[in-house]
Parts: sequence; structure tokens; C-alpha cells
Amino acid sequence: MDYRIEVEDLNVYFDEAQILKDINIKIHKNTVTSLIGPSGCGKSTFVRTLNRMNDLIDTFKMDGSVLLDGQDIYDPKLDVVELRKKVGMVFQKPNPFPKSIFDNVAYGLRVHGIEDKSVLTERVEESLKAAALWDEVKDKLDKSAMGLSGGQQQRLCIARTIAVNPEVILMDEPASALDPISTTKIEDLIHKLKNDYTIIIVTHNMQQATRVSKYTAFFLHGEIVESGLTDKIFIEPEDKRTEDYITGRFG
Amino acid sequence: MLNLKIMSPKMSQKIMKGVFWASGILTVLILLVIIGYILYKGLPVVNMSFIFSNPIDSGKSGGIFPMIISSLYVTFIAIIVATPLGVGAAVYLSEYAGETNLVKLIRFGAETLASIPSIVYGLFGLAFFVVYLGLGWCVLSGGLILAIMALPTILQVAEVSLEAVPSSYREGSLAIGATKWQTIYNVVLPAAVPGITTGVILGLARAISEAAAILFAVGAALSVPISIFDPARPLPLHLYILATEGISLDNAYGTAAVLVLLVLVITVVTNTLVERYSKKMMGR
Repeated sequence: MDYRIEVEDLNVYFDEAQILKDINIKIHKNTVTSLIGPSGCGKSTFVRTLNRMNDLIDTFKMDGSVLLDGQDIYDPKLDVVELRKKVGMVFQKPNPFPKSIFDNVAYGLRVHGIEDKSVLTERVEESLKAAALWDEVKDKLDKSAMGLSGGQQQRLCIARTIAVNPEVILMDEPASALDPISTTKIEDLIHKLKNDYTIIIVTHNMQQATRVSKYTAFFLHGEIVESGLTDKIFIEPEDKRTEDYITGRFG
Repeated sequence: MLNLKIMSPKMSQKIMKGVFWASGILTVLILLVIIGYILYKGLPVVNMSFIFSNPIDSGKSGGIFPMIISSLYVTFIAIIVATPLGVGAAVYLSEYAGETNLVKLIRFGAETLASIPSIVYGLFGLAFFVVYLGLGWCVLSGGLILAIMALPTILQVAEVSLEAVPSSYREGSLAIGATKWQTIYNVVLPAAVPGITTGVILGLARAISEAAAILFAVGAALSVPISIFDPARPLPLHLYILATEGISLDNAYGTAAVLVLLVLVITVVTNTLVERYSKKMMGR
């Protein structure tokens, strides 16, 4: 099977307000997919539907289906904890825990029952290397993660996510709070990670979408206007609204 | 009030700034005068033998060692009972319950509990712990009353500290597949420890300084309590008896000075520890 995630006829509501309308999209394995669109168009709500973070909101309602490797993630019998282990998430604002760098990366492993010190040490090192942070922090693993710069904190959050070995990584504007140099580092990292993980990234930055992703979906007012290969969307969009958006006529 | 209209804005600005400055200074001054007076009157009596020996002749002479132990003992019992209860209730209110009627009731209950006069607690303690439960006049009876008194303070401050923990910590933990309890235990509570400790210290300060609430519950023993079922005489109670029965006003001041210093030491030590913990946690 080619697809990691298949979304069919997804509708999402908060109370009476419909946030997402008839979403249909298939996400390819081990690729990067960008979600673009103006603020408030439902991109964030959509990614939060994929790891069931919206469940935390009382007024959340949905219909339609979301399949991960062919399995319905909204099946009442499904274990949300297992799902979130497979579908990791990196947030807009870096949110390391007020713990040591080591404990931040080991957090997910410990939560999932791994206590063996040598296993933890090995996985923490692997994850920090994979997140291109190892060289900067290897001498201060016991120092608080809150002392790192914003860009380092975000890479730490990526290390924390990949430590539990997910299949999918959701990134909700992971670089929007960072300076240009840190942003470049995150983008380089995304390039590296796409071989092993399926990445879905929400971004407001259209250059970023063209730089990092193979596929792009354009969201507008809770609907997907157009989705497909990034090159095609940016060079010859089919829909007038997509063209208006990417050429900066609104948004 | 000043008629500000007839003055230039600059003038009224100056005057009001002075008024607020004076209010601040006056507050500190009152504190300094009280503590200064107590220490001035009390410290001449305080020495090693006053602190480490037993009272002689009901406290007319001798020291206050059993009273210091009594105070620490009842306060310790109060805190180990009230802290888990208060923090537990705070976790429920802040992490699990929504804005339901039950939550409003619990909050209203805590506020009311905090405003009951301490002598009423004392009467309740006599009726319930001493007589009804048959615990008698002892450290445990006194400690339990003080626990109830410290409870609302600990609960309220703990709830505020838990709510002050950024929700991004919770999201980060849940998104990695932690359960709600794992998130609370591993991320939320550790981040709230400094605030919760402040609440515990406030509760402790209230408990250790209380005389009226334990008046009818701990007894008035002059010897060091060993078991929790032994009667005791905490410092405030000793102070009260010394002063009201005209036994020794000098020793009453000495007792007061020791009590003030004890609270001061506990507060300063805890604050230092909390600060060190926060620094390590936040990497500053």
C-alpha cells in the first residue's frame, strides 16, 4: 500500500460551527506533505484530527473516516495512546518540558514503559543525532531544556517525538516562531527525516512549502481546494483560488 | 478625597505617587515594628538553655524545649495530612473537573472553611476528635484540627499553581502518547511544585501560629510528647497561658521570639530550596 493516511469525507464541528468540510486526501508514505492556506482555514484542526488531539476539546464532533495504515483511528476500540505513539506531533511554539535535555527525549520512552538505563541512553543519543542537535547538547544532557535557544528547543521537541519511533510526524508551523537560521536547520532536518517518516507540515510560508514538500494541499474556509504534487500546485494550479493565494492576491 | 481638578496633572501625579509610596512603606514599617518589638523584648530571655531545657514551675522559669517539639510535632501532622488532601483536591479541580456545580460547591466549601474563626475549629475539635472519636487531648487531635485549617489555603494556592502550568506542556506530553495521569504526575505536578510549596508554607505558617484552634484539643502538658497520643503544649498555647495566667511576661516574650524565628527559618529555608529547584528546572 502506497498511502500512510487516507481521509474520507471528513467533517469536523466545534459546537454548531463546521470547521472542516468534506475533506478527502491521501497522504503518501515517507514523503512530506505541506498544508497551506490563510489563517483560520482549518489546517491546524485537520492535523489535530490525525492524532486525535481534538478529543481534548469538549465540543469537538466529527464524521467521516481517517485511516492510518488502513485502520480507522476513530474506531472506539482503538487505543489513543498507541495512536499518538505512531503519530507524533511538533507544535508551533517549542514546548520542551521543564526537565533536563535527557529527560525530555527519554520522556516518551519512559511513558511507554522503557526503564533500562542503557536502552534509554542509546535511544536518546540516536534521537538527538537524528534531530541534528547531538553535537550542540552532548556535554549538557543533564541541564534544563529551558536554557536552550528557541531553535534548539524545537529540534529537541523533534528529537522527543522521534524517540518513540513514530510512523507519522505532524508539524504545526514548526518554524514560525524561529529566526531564519533556525528555520533553515529545521528545513534541512525535514529533508533528512522524510526517508524514515511520513511528515505533514502546516506552513504559512509558501517558499517553505516548495522547499520541503513533495505534495501540497491548499485549504480555504475548511475545505481542500486543491491538492497534489507541490510543483504542479505552485506552477500550474487548476483552481483560480489557489492561483490567487499563491500569487499573494489574498491571505 | 483630594480635589484633583484644581491642581495641575503634574502636581496630582506627584501627590498620588507619594500616597502610594507611603502606603507601601507603612506596611513594611508595621511589620518591622512588631517583629522588632517582639525580638527586643523576647531575645534577652532566649539562650541555649531556654531553648533546650524543660520549663520549671509552669514556665515561670526554665526553658521551652517541650513546646518547640510540640509545635513542630502538631504542625508536621497537620501538613502531612493536609498536603496530599489539598493537592489531591486541587488536581481534581484543575485537571479533571470542568466548571460543574460540584466544582463550584467544592470551591465555595474551601473558601468558607478558610473563613471560619479558629476558636470555632477549636470547639469542633473538642467535640469531634477529642470526645466523639475518643482520641483524647493529644498531638493527633491538635494536628488534625490544624490540618483542616491549613487545608483550604493549600488547596487554593495549589489550584492556582496547577492552572498556571502552560497547557503546551500538557499537549506535548499527551501528543507523545502519555495518559492523562502520566501527564499530571510527570509534567504538570513537577512544574507546579514551587507554587504548591508556597501554599504548603502558608498553610504551615497558619498551623504553627494557631493557639485558639488547639486550645481544647492538645492538652497542656509540660513534658516532651513522644507518641501522637501524648498531650502537648505548642508555643502559641504556652505563650497564651504564660501571658493570661500572669506566670511570666518575660518568658511569654521569649516564647514569642522563638516562634517568630522558627517561622522565619522555615520560610527562608523552604524558599531557598524552592528557588534552587526552579532554577534547575528552568535552566537559569
